[in-house]
Formats: sequence, C-alpha cells, structure tokens
Amino acid sequence: MNQLRIHAHPILSSLPDASVEFTFNGQPLKARPGEMIASALFASGIPVFGHHHKDGGAQGIFCANGQCSQCTVLADGRPVKSCMVPVETGMQVVSCEGHPPLPEDNQVLPLGRPAEVTTPVLILGGGPAGLCAAIELGRVGIEVLVIDDKPELGGKLTLQTHGFFGSVADCYAGTRGIDIGHRLAAEVEALPTVTVWTQACAVGLFFDGKVGVATPTGYRLVTAEALLVAMGAREKALSFPGCDLPGIYGAGAFQTLVNRDLVYASKKLFILGGGNVGLIGAYHALQAGIDVVGLVEALPECGGYKVHADKIKRLGVPIWTSHTVAKADGADRLERVTIAQIDETFSPIPGTEQTFEADTLLIAVGLAPVDEILKKARQYGLKVSAAGDSEEVAEASAAIFSGRIAGRKLAREMGVAVSIPSDWEPLAAVLRSRPGETVEWQKPDETAKVYPNIRCVQEIPCNPCSASCPEQLIEMDTIMGLPYYKGGCLGCGKCVTVCPGLAINLVCEDYDTRGELALVVLPFEFDDDKIPLNGVVETTDFDGETVGQGKVVAVRERADQDRRRLLMVEVPFEERLEVAGFRIRGPSQTVDTVEPAADEDPIICRCERVKQSEIVREIRAGVRDINQLKALARPSMGGCGGKTCTELVKRIFRQEGVALDGVTEGTDRPLVAEIALGTFVSEDSENG
Amino acid sequence: MVESYDAIVVGSGSVGTPSAFNLAQRGLKVLVIERRHAVGQGDNKAAIGGIRATHSDPAKIVLCSRSLAQMSTWKETYGQDVGWKSGGYVFPVYDEPLEQTLKGLFGIQHKYDLKIDWIDAQAMGEIVPGIEPNGLRGGTYSPNDGQLSPLKVPVAFQRQAEQRGCVFHFGEQVTGYEIKSGRIQGIKTDKNTYATGRVVIASGSDAAEDGRALGVDIPVQPDSHEAGITAPVERFLAPLVVDMRPGPEGKTANFYFGQNDEGQIIFCYTPKELFIGNNRESLSEFLPILAARMISLIPRMRHLLVRRVWRGCYPMTPDGVPIVDNVPELEGLTLAVGMCGQGFMLGPGVGQEVAALVVDGKSSLPEEAHHRIRYGRDFNQTSVEALK
Repeated sequence: MNQLRIHAHPILSSLPDASVEFTFNGQPLKARPGEMIASALFASGIPVFGHHHKDGGAQGIFCANGQCSQCTVLADGRPVKSCMVPVETGMQVVSCEGHPPLPEDNQVLPLGRPAEVTTPVLILGGGPAGLCAAIELGRVGIEVLVIDDKPELGGKLTLQTHGFFGSVADCYAGTRGIDIGHRLAAEVEALPTVTVWTQACAVGLFFDGKVGVATPTGYRLVTAEALLVAMGAREKALSFPGCDLPGIYGAGAFQTLVNRDLVYASKKLFILGGGNVGLIGAYHALQAGIDVVGLVEALPECGGYKVHADKIKRLGVPIWTSHTVAKADGADRLERVTIAQIDETFSPIPGTEQTFEADTLLIAVGLAPVDEILKKARQYGLKVSAAGDSEEVAEASAAIFSGRIAGRKLAREMGVAVSIPSDWEPLAAVLRSRPGETVEWQKPDETAKVYPNIRCVQEIPCNPCSASCPEQLIEMDTIMGLPYYKGGCLGCGKCVTVCPGLAINLVCEDYDTRGELALVVLPFEFDDDKIPLNGVVETTDFDGETVGQGKVVAVRERADQDRRRLLMVEVPFEERLEVAGFRIRGPSQTVDTVEPAADEDPIICRCERVKQSEIVREIRAGVRDINQLKALARPSMGGCGGKTCTELVKRIFRQEGVALDGVTEGTDRPLVAEIALGTFVSEDSENG
Repeated sequence: MVESYDAIVVGSGSVGTPSAFNLAQRGLKVLVIERRHAVGQGDNKAAIGGIRATHSDPAKIVLCSRSLAQMSTWKETYGQDVGWKSGGYVFPVYDEPLEQTLKGLFGIQHKYDLKIDWIDAQAMGEIVPGIEPNGLRGGTYSPNDGQLSPLKVPVAFQRQAEQRGCVFHFGEQVTGYEIKSGRIQGIKTDKNTYATGRVVIASGSDAAEDGRALGVDIPVQPDSHEAGITAPVERFLAPLVVDMRPGPEGKTANFYFGQNDEGQIIFCYTPKELFIGNNRESLSEFLPILAARMISLIPRMRHLLVRRVWRGCYPMTPDGVPIVDNVPELEGLTLAVGMCGQGFMLGPGVGQEVAALVVDGKSSLPEEAHHRIRYGRDFNQTSVEALK
C-alpha cells in the first residue's frame, strides 16, 4: 500500500510507523498509533470520505479541527468526525453516503449523570494564550482548570514549525512554535494548582452559568468563579465556483495534516491568501516536500510579513498580487485552479485567467475569533475575560503575551497581589500591531572581511537578531524598529541562524584571494536532498528575482543552530550583496483553462450544500432576517452552525445592495459542536 | 390620509399568519403588524413540528383535524413545501393506569372522527424500531397525525396571504389602540397610525400586554420549555412518539420526539416545575435528563449527534385551553391567544376559525368545542385535560 506519509522532515521528528490495522469500506489499511481517522485515510490516498445527502457532493476534510462535520465517517457503525477520533485496532470505517444509518444497537447500558465540577478559574483553550494565563494564575496558587479539545496541549503552536517573531525576553522569539508549545505545556503540567483536561470539548455555556464539557469518558458540567476564554480563532472561508471540492480546505487543516500528523497531504499545492497563515503554509509545504505551484493575494500587497513572502519567492514560488481564484474544478476532487487578475471591486478581469494543475488549494483569507461562549458569558453577566485570538486575532506571540496579562489581571481580581509591569500593555499592543512601513533596502557599504547583510526592511515586532549578537553589534530603537548593524562582525552566524524571517545572511569578502568570488552564508531549513552540495544553484535576490549562479561549497550544521543549516554559497564577487537565496523549484506551468462548467453557482453553506443562487433568491424575495433565511434556504443549519458561511451570507446581502444594518442577525444557540446523545449519560470516572 | 384596513392582525407567528391568510382569502384587506423582522420568529420556530388531532379536548381535536386536512395537502394545493411528513403519533404505554386513561379517551376522540386505535406491543415495536420491549403493553396509534416544518409553514402562509393582497409590516411595534364608544377604531404603532374596525390579537406570549393596552383582561402567561435537534440520520422513525411517564429524575412529566422530513430527530420535554416567564436561554440540565429518557426508551438513540438546543414559550391560559373568540365587551376585537404550546399545530385550524369569527361573526365549530375556547369562560371551573 502506497502510504502518503512524511518519513523525514527537516524540523519535525519522525512518527512511529503505521501499524494499527483497520478497514475503510472493507479495504485493509494501517494507521499510526493514535492517529486520527481522517489523517490515516488521507495518508492512504483517500481524500473523499463520503457524499452529501442533498446533492451527492463529495465530502472530505475541511477544518481538521473538530469545528465542522464534513469529514464525517461511520466508525464501527457510529457517525463520527474523523478528524477528532483516533483509529483503533480493527476499527471498521465506512464512508458516509447520504444520511448515516442509526446503528441497530439495542444494548442497554447503565445511565450516568454528568459530573458536577467546580473550580475557581476555568480556562477554555490550551493554546498559547490559555497556557500562559494558566501559568500566571497557577504559580500564585490559584486553582485553574484548563480544557482543550485536542489530545495535546499547545493549540496551534503544535503546528508551527517555524521560528517566532516578537520579543526574545517576553515571548520566546526566535524559538520554533512547536518548541514554545512544548515548553508552555511542560510548565503547566508541573504546576500542582493547574488541572488539565485534554480531548475535552466545551459544547456550550448555559444560562445557569455552567459550561458543558464533553470528554471521552463522559459529560461534565463545570461551574467556575471566573471564566477565561482562550479558544483561538477559526479560518474564514471564501466562495467561488468549485470551492466545495475535496482538496480545498483551510491552511490550518493543512498544517494539522502535514505538521502534526506528518501526512504527505498534497503533491501540488496552491494557496489563496497572502497573509502570514498562507505564506507560512507555503513554506511548511515546501519543507514537507510538497510543491507549491503558486499563491494569490487579492490586495496589491501581501498582508503578511514581507520576510515571509520573500522567503517563499526566493525558493521559486510565484506570488500573484491583485489576483484571486476564479474557479476550481475537478471530478470528485480538485484537479485545477484558475486564477485571474481582479479590478478595484475585486471582480475577476476577463481574459486574465491562468490555470494550473493542483490537487490541493488552501484557503488562507484570515481568521475569525472563536467567541461564541465569550459572547454568551458576557450576555449572562458572568465574570469572564478573553485572551489570544478569542480577544483579538493576532500573531501567536501576541497571544502568549495577552494570556500572561489576562492571567495576572484575573489573579489580581481574585485577591492575589501580583504586579503587571507597566510596559506589558504597550508591548502587547505592539505585538498585536500590523506590519509598519517598508523602507527601501540599503546595500551594505562595507569593506570588512565579513559582515551581515540585513534585509529586514519592514517594521514588525521582532528582536532576536539584536538579542543574539554576542558583541551587541545589531541595534534597534524599539522592538518595532529596524535593525542597524554598527560594524565589527566576527562572522559567528548567530544572527543568520536566529532571524525568524531568514532575512540576514553573511557576506565573506576574503573568500577568494583573486577577488573574483565571494562567499555568502545563507540560512536553509530543508532536508539534505534539497542541498545540492558542490552543485550549481540558481541564485535569487531577496525577493526572488534571479541573480545568477552559485555553488554550495559547504554546509554548517550544529546543534545550537536549531535545525537550521547554514549553506556556504560561492557567488561572483559583484553579486555578493544581491544574493539572498536560491531556487529549489522551477517555474510553474500553466495548462489550458477549462471552459466554465454549467454549474458556476458556488456553494455558500457547505454543511447544507446551499448555493449562492438560493440565497440571492430569498434576498430578492425580501428576506432581511438571517433567521428567516436560515429557515428557508438552510444556510448555517448544518453541523458547523454557521461558523463557515455566516460571513459569506452577509457578503451576499451587501452584493445585493442590502446594507447590513437593515439585516437581523441570526441567533446563536448551543451546542458549539455536535456531541453524541449517549455522551450526556456516560458514566464518568470523575463521578466516582 | 390614514391607511385603512378591513382587519389588522397583531402578530405573525403560528396563529397570526394563518389568520391573515384566511382573512385575505375571504376577501378582506388585511394588515399584519409584527414587532420582529420576519414571520414565525417568536415561539413558532421553537415548536418541534408535531401536528396531531390526538387530544382529549373537543376544540383541540376539531381545530387540529382542520389543521391536518389543510397542511397535509398544502403542497398539492399551493405548490409550496411545508415539510409535511405523515407517520402518525404513538403514545407507548408501560403501565395499566395509563392504558386505561388513554383507552378512556377513545370515546370523545372517535366522536370527533379522530382515527385512533390501540396497538399491541409487537405492533408498537414495528412502528418504533428499537423501543424498549421490557414491560411494553402497546399504546395508541393515530396514523393520520403527522409533522410539519415550523420553519417553512409561516412563510408558506405569508406568501399565499400576500398573493391575496395582505400586507405585512415587520419591525413595527403596536403602541396603542383607538377605541371609541366600545368599538375599535384603529391601531397606533411606533411608525404609523392605521384605521380599522377589526383587530385580531395573535401575539402569543405578548398577548397579556396587548390586553392591557386594550383594557381587556387576557389571562395568558408564558412559561418556557426546552427543545433540541440532532444531526440527520437515515429515516427510521415514522411517527412522533409521546412518552407520558414521569421521568425517573423527578423533573419531567412527558417527553416527545420525532424524526422530521430532514431526517433530524427533534425532541422536547415538559418540566415538572415550570419556568415561568419568557426567558429563552438554554439550561444545563436539559440534555442530560433528556438523553437519559430518550436512551431509556430507545437505546440506539445514544448514537445520535445532538446539534442544537433552544427554549421557547408556551403562552398558557389558566385552564390550559386556548382562547379563540370575539370579545363581547369590545366590538371589533377577536382573540386567538393562549395556545398553551400547541399554537403550531392549532394555527391553521385557528386561522379558519378566526376568519369565521371576523367575517361571519360566529364560530364555525361545533357548540361543545366552541364553548371550550370562549373568551368569557370561567377559567377555574374547567376540568383538567387528560391529554395536554
């Protein structure tokens, strides 16, 4: 069986071999121990998990985060979200074709009652914000319960293989996200005051102030004196013809498959959205050995950090700004992506289409806070605060800091005398801020033997270069400021190793006594097979334009470089200041654009398969209440409860010329996620 | 120039919308005033959609029979899907006294042409697959009852009413009534003033408030009930099931559920201790209690995935029976209020009765039935219904 698994990764350690035997539609397959059904199916080359009851549309992974129900399969007869349920030995998994049958199971089991749990503080979410808040509270002796729906703590940090921006002193800048996650989790687990429930899903906050929590052993009702919501963010969606094909999903889902489960999820990847999530997604894909065909961004500039965009451009990934995906097509799964330039109204300009082959398209068009429980808690007047993306969507470094502040504030409100340093709030604001100005890159004016070539030209909150230089030769005014090299470099390469943006290289001018060649030292985070030692490479400048040719003459790899290699690349002396990288992939080839299919009406609500035309029809018939729209056309009546389509529906109102202040909002109701009825009566060990 | 209407209906829910439709059908120029932003957005949409003529009260039997007659053929008549699913109602029985009670109702039920019979445990097990067989005695089965979509029905009535000239004003709040010498002359709202000689109050849980504005006592007080719905599964359950037993946890009276035309199981219970008022927020105790009851009755239901829960209000009268009548003390006033949680199933029938009361000036019901739902009845004298 050809397994689509990543066995060697430049950053991540290998996972155990697939040894757990199970079947899918009778076909014998193997999963890694503890692997989620969805990942095991994907790794076995099965991207279609069933077909929708309404129109037979193929269903597969969409969020990989337990938020939707599109990956539903039948596991031993029970309908389950395959992204949240691990494979068990001998499990019989069957695709969900139409409505699942209710298993004819007449077994009478004892009926338990939910365990009632009280805690001074309940933190919802074990990501960066939740963990940091738990540490601040727990270490001053306040008892905290942290719940998280995943098997491991760390939230999305567990997917972030790259080094973090931000402040070294305050939020581990320069350290990889996965390692920050492990460090925070270990700190939390060492605190006797903090209790952690993993695989525990908060399904709703009820009017009596209790939070319903579904765990693998049963249902619990938690009453807390104070609630801290740190549930992160979920990915926004976009609609275009073909947007519902399997193979089109969120960048976060992709990171889960690739970086958590080491599944070789794609061979040819396309990305929609040039924010940090999309840009980093491209980098992660390349690291996993997945080709990235291209990336489109609707705005004239990528919204993510310039250093993230530049590093994928240098590797040879084309970025088209002022472009969007016009459509996607394929039989039962994505095969081709057609992009087009857009005008000022963001409409595709006819005649500008280009089509590329791709099996996967990542949607990375921004994040929305997971705040349903937060809103309910505020509505009910409970003592509640928020941290991280649930409070305001920003980088994980900001989430770390906001969790700390929220934790200390809460500790103070609970009567423990802890101080909040006066510079924390301003720093938190800085960490949350959007990138500032981009200045023109100034070529170094150097005659020294060795010096850093710093191409950090956009104001972002980051300081590891300055903090790492053993001679303190790199200065910054503020954390948002640009680094200034004041001379005297010893060539240690620490700044090259640590810069999260890969925006520094060293130039060695004394490499060649004849003065014809120079050596540039480049950071490199790919596997050995991507390093053409003694081979000729096509060099690029900082933002990806071809410079010329170079030769990799040596590789420095040391434990203190944290899985980042330094490549010594020999280049013509006159190109020494330009060269900043080299391509690892050739140009992307277009294929013929497929003529528009008859059905160009995009799906808006994926759960209920509601098309744009159905929503437009109701709006034109006079519907101005989203509740009524839900009743008539059923958007957001499905498993995810409108988490994906609500914003798309509002966009259609605007497109139809209806101002949103004249549209009644839909009503949010529990549950936040679908839970088996039997869970509410499971005998819980907590119940004794 | 003040806008003038033959009749104004206050409220566009389960009762107001069919009332408006029937009045427009009878040729009246009708305005509907609704404070919410669309039809059916109050307690209508909290209904689980069961529609049964299986009652013990003559008025309810007749009104719901009329609802069933109209709604089971709505799609054929008007072309709109209203989520109709025939499949009947069953009341499974596990104890002798309940068997006697239910059998004792057959007399009045058959008198008003309700098709209902006793079925044995084996037949019950076939109609309700997986039902707990231990102690099952059988139960009642009324095959002509069914289910409708509370989400689709009000719009169906609205659109048919609009085709007949009826006007709906949403987001508009009634602020007062113009009354001269014991006659209604018009309605004032936060947006406008309208002239009319006939007002139909169909404002559900807000009815008492309208009564105060009219100077008429409308004894309606809401209490709230919780319901929920699962993800869809392949169709396995035809009837709506009512389990009349008190729950073992001591907090619930009967509970009921069915599978709607989308394949979803929709469920609700009657709490023993009522939640008075119109709070519609969900409570934590609902799902654990409900799950225990559903799984005790049909163990395989443990595998259903619960999708959503909500609460809605039962606009209760003191005797648990609606008020559908012209008010003698105030000419021009018709009440269609106090549906006691059955507004959705009673609505289409009540709409026809409202048209009779307004246009013909008299009830269309048999005397015994009309008598039960009169405005001026003694609310403390009536005997308690066997089936609510």
